[in-house]
Amino acid sequence: MGVEGIGARVARKEDKRFLTGKGRYTDDMVVPGMKYAVFVRSPHAHATIRSIDATSAKSMPGVIDVLDGKQLLADGIGNLICGWMIHSKDGSPMRMGAWRPLAHETVRYVGDAVAIVVADSVAQARDAAEAVVVDYETLPVVTDTLQALSEGEPQIHPEAPGNLIFDWELGDAGAADQAIAAAAHVTELKIINNRLSPNAMEPRATLGIYDAGDDHFTCYTTSQNPHLARLVMSAFYNVAPENKLRVIAPDVGGGFGSKIFIYPEEIVCLWASKRTGVPVKWTADRTEAFLTDAHGRDHVSTVKMAFDSNNRITALKVDTIANLGAYMSLFSSCVPTYLYATLLSGQYAIPAIHANVRTVYTNTAPVDAYRGAGRPEATYLLERTIETAARELGVSPAELRRINFIRTFPHQTPVIMNYDAGDYEASLKGAMEAADWDGFAARKAEAERRGMKRGIGMSCYIEACGLAPSAAVGSLGAGVGLWESAEVRVNAVGTIEVMTGSHSHGQGHETTFAQVVAERFGVPIDSVNIVHGDTDKVQMGMGTYGSRSGAVGMSAVFKALDKVEAKAKKIAAHLMEADEGDIVIEDGALKVAGTDRSVPWSQVALASYTAHNLPPGMEPGLKEGAFYDPSNFTFPAGCYICEVEVDPETGQTKIVQFVAADDFGNIINPLIVEGQVHGGLAQGIGQALLEGVHYDQSGQLLTASYMDYAMPRADDLPSFTVTTSNTPCPSNPLGVKGCGEAGAIGSPPALINAITDAIGNNELTMPATPQKVWAAVHSAH
Amino acid sequence: MAKLTMTVNGRQVSGTCDDRTLLVHFIRENLGLTGTHVGCDTTQCGACVVHMDGQSVKSCSILAAQAAGSSITTIEGLASNGELHPVQAAFKTHHGLQCGFCTPGMVMTAVDMIRRHGGNLDEATVRAELEGNICRCTGYHNIVQAILAAAAETGGVRQAAE
Repeated sequence: MGVEGIGARVARKEDKRFLTGKGRYTDDMVVPGMKYAVFVRSPHAHATIRSIDATSAKSMPGVIDVLDGKQLLADGIGNLICGWMIHSKDGSPMRMGAWRPLAHETVRYVGDAVAIVVADSVAQARDAAEAVVVDYETLPVVTDTLQALSEGEPQIHPEAPGNLIFDWELGDAGAADQAIAAAAHVTELKIINNRLSPNAMEPRATLGIYDAGDDHFTCYTTSQNPHLARLVMSAFYNVAPENKLRVIAPDVGGGFGSKIFIYPEEIVCLWASKRTGVPVKWTADRTEAFLTDAHGRDHVSTVKMAFDSNNRITALKVDTIANLGAYMSLFSSCVPTYLYATLLSGQYAIPAIHANVRTVYTNTAPVDAYRGAGRPEATYLLERTIETAARELGVSPAELRRINFIRTFPHQTPVIMNYDAGDYEASLKGAMEAADWDGFAARKAEAERRGMKRGIGMSCYIEACGLAPSAAVGSLGAGVGLWESAEVRVNAVGTIEVMTGSHSHGQGHETTFAQVVAERFGVPIDSVNIVHGDTDKVQMGMGTYGSRSGAVGMSAVFKALDKVEAKAKKIAAHLMEADEGDIVIEDGALKVAGTDRSVPWSQVALASYTAHNLPPGMEPGLKEGAFYDPSNFTFPAGCYICEVEVDPETGQTKIVQFVAADDFGNIINPLIVEGQVHGGLAQGIGQALLEGVHYDQSGQLLTASYMDYAMPRADDLPSFTVTTSNTPCPSNPLGVKGCGEAGAIGSPPALINAITDAIGNNELTMPATPQKVWAAVHSAH
Repeated sequence: MAKLTMTVNGRQVSGTCDDRTLLVHFIRENLGLTGTHVGCDTTQCGACVVHMDGQSVKSCSILAAQAAGSSITTIEGLASNGELHPVQAAFKTHHGLQCGFCTPGMVMTAVDMIRRHGGNLDEATVRAELEGNICRCTGYHNIVQAILAAAAETGGVRQAAE
C-alpha cells in the first residue's frame, strides 16, 4: 500500500470546498431568469377534489402561473411507478394504485401535491399558494398498519381491494411448521418496527430548466442516482426522451435512501418550466420533508423461533405486515420482501424458514428504502428473538448465538442467499473483549449501589449489500439491472479523470475512488479527479444505495483500470523495446522488471496521445470504460454490544458504551469506514431510543418538525468503539464489502436488548422513550 | 422594503430586501454566499449559524433588517489567505464531515464554542454545546474529536496539558 493507496487513512479531498462554504448544492444554483415554485398540498389525508380555483392566486404580485393536475394529465405526463414487481403467493401481480405527480381527483395523504405556483420569489409563491382555493370532500381515513386490513376500513385505491397490495411468501411453510411442532422450545414474540423519517440535512430540491431552442430539459436535483432519474422520467413519465434530458445531481447533502426515488416535484418543475418558459426552482422546507420524503420501516410482525433440546434453532416462522403508505414508491415493494425475508437466517444455520409478508396501503406518506432497507427489520426481529430465547432457555446470549453460528462457507440459507465468507466468532469475540463483557457484573453491581439499573445487550447482524447481480434481481422482479459503470480517462500529461455511475452524497468517493487509482499507477490522489452526478459527463450508471459504491462502483473502476494498465504496458514495452510481460508499474513509472530501464507514467500518457511511436495498429489515446455486474451480494456481518444505565425514577436511558465489531472485507480507507459506522450507529440508536413518525387518527402528521421528531443530538450519543476483523469478499476484485448501512442495521436490537436486560422486562417497543421505559420498569416483576 | 448596509466578511455590503427577509436569505440570495445553509424551519438544525458581531447566531431567526449595521462573518470568511482556520483543518483531519451540509454551521458554532470556553472544553461540554446543531451523517463522534483537537491546538487547553 502506498501512502495514498488502498488501506491508507487519507483525509478527504472533497473536504476543502465543504469546509469553506464552496459546496454546490441544488438550492445554491442560480440561472438567469430563474423563478421559484411552491406546491399547494393537501391538508387532508383522504379527500376527493371537487374543484381548484386559482383565479385570485394568479393575479397576486409576482405570480407567473399556477398549474394543476388536469393540465399535467392533458400534457401526457405519466404516473409515478414502482420499479420492482412482486407477485402474491397466488401468482397475482401486486396491486399498484395510480400515483399522479399532481393529484386531480383524489388526495391520499397529507402533503399530496395538487398544484404548483411559480412566482418571482419564494415568499410571493407561498402567499399565492395560500390563495389557491381547493374544494375538498373529505373521506374516511386509515393510517394504522394493522387496521388497514380490517373489514370496513376506507378503501384507498380501487386497484387494491381491502388495501392489500400483495400477500407474498418465501421459504417452506410446511417444514417450518413441522419443526415448530417437534421443538423442545419455541420462543414467540410480537415485533414492531417503528416508522422513521430519513432526514437528510439538505432538504430535497430541484431546478427544472427548459431550453425551447433545442427542446431540451436540464434537471438539477438532490438525487442519489441521477441516471436512474433520467431513465425513469424519460421512459415512464414522458417528460422528455433521454437525449433531451440532462440530470445533474451536484453536491447532495445526505440521502440515506430518501433521495433514490423520483418524486413528483422533479417531474412537475421540468414540466412547469416548459409551460411557463422560465427555469423553475423548488426547495422543500423541513415540514415538507417530513410530510413527503419517503418514510422508512413500519412493520408489525409475529415470530416463532424453534429450538431442539441442544438449543439449536430448528425453524423460524415469521408473519409480517408492512405499511407502504398512500402510494407505491419506486422500490417500496422490494424492501419488505427480497431485502428483508432473505436475511432472516441471520448468522445462524437454520434448516427451515418461512416468512409471509402482506403489504398495505394507508393514508400516510409513501414508505420506501431507508438506510438498511429491510435488513434492519430482519435483524431487529431475529436478534430480539434470539436474545429473548436465551433468557427463556437460561443460556447466555453469546453462547446461544455461538451454538447456532454458521461456520463453513459458502453457506446456502433456506431463503435464497448464499453467504460467501465470514467469521462470526471473530467479531463476537472482538466485540466482547472491546466491551469488557466479563467485567459487566461488577459494573452492574456498582450501578445498583447508585440506584441505577445497568444492562448489556448484543446483536449479531448480517446484511446483504453491494446490490446486486442483475440477472438474479431481474428474476426476482427488479425492473433494472444493478451493475455499475466506469470510465478512466488518462490525460496527455498523465493526470486522470474517472467517470463513475456511483454518486457521492457524503461517502467520500472523490477520495476512496482516487485511492484505488493511486494504488494501481502510483500517482498522487491529487492528480486523480472523480467525476459523477451528471448524465452529460457520465454515460450511464445505477447510483449509490444499498452500500454498493465500493463493491460494485469501485469494481467497475478496477476493471477499467485493468484495461488502461494493459494498454499502458504495451506502449511502455514498445518505447523501451522490451517484452510486454516484463513491464511492472512502480512509483509512478513503468519499468522493465529486473533492469534500471523505466519510463514515467506521464511519458506513456503523452506517447499515447502524440501517437508518434505506438505499437503497430494501436489506436491513439488512453481511455477505457467498463461495466461491472456483481456475481453475488456481499455479506458484511458483525457483533454490536450496547451497555446502558436506566434511571428507574425517570425512565431515562444513558448509553454508557457502544461497541461495533464489523467484518467489511478489505478496507480502502479506515477513516471513512469508521465515519460510516458512526453515522449508521447514530441512526440505529435514534430509531431505538428517540425517533418515531406519528400520525393521528385523521391522518395529520404529528411529527412534522424538529420540535416534534426527536433527532439524535450530540448529547444523546456516546463516543463509539469501532473495530474490524475482516474476511475479504471473494466475489469482487477488491475484496470489499459494504459499510454504509451496517451501523443502522445492527444497532437497534443491541440497544433494546440492553435496556430490557437492565429493567428485567422484555416488553418494550421502539423508540424506548423515558415514558415507555419508566412504565416498563414499574410494571416489571 | 428595507434598505440596509452591513459588513460581511470584512467587506461593507448594501442591499434592498423585503421587510420579512431573514438574514440567512439575505446572505444566500442577495450576497450569493451560499455556504450558509437552511436545514429546517424551526431554528433547530443550526446549518445557518454565522457570527454576528463576534457571536454565533442562527441566521434563520434574525431578520436581515435587524442585522443592519452589524458585522457578520460567514463560513466563507473564516479561512484567511487560502489557509484553513484551525477548526476547519481539524474537521478535515478528523473526518468531522460527510455530506457537508451541516458543516458550515457546525464549524461556526465550534469556533464560537472554543472562543467562549477556551481551556475548559471537555467532551461532555462539547456535546452539550452542540445541542443546537444537527448532523445526520457523522453520529457526532468525529465532530466532537475535531472540536476537542482544535481547542487543544488553539487554546493550549486540557488536552494539550495532558
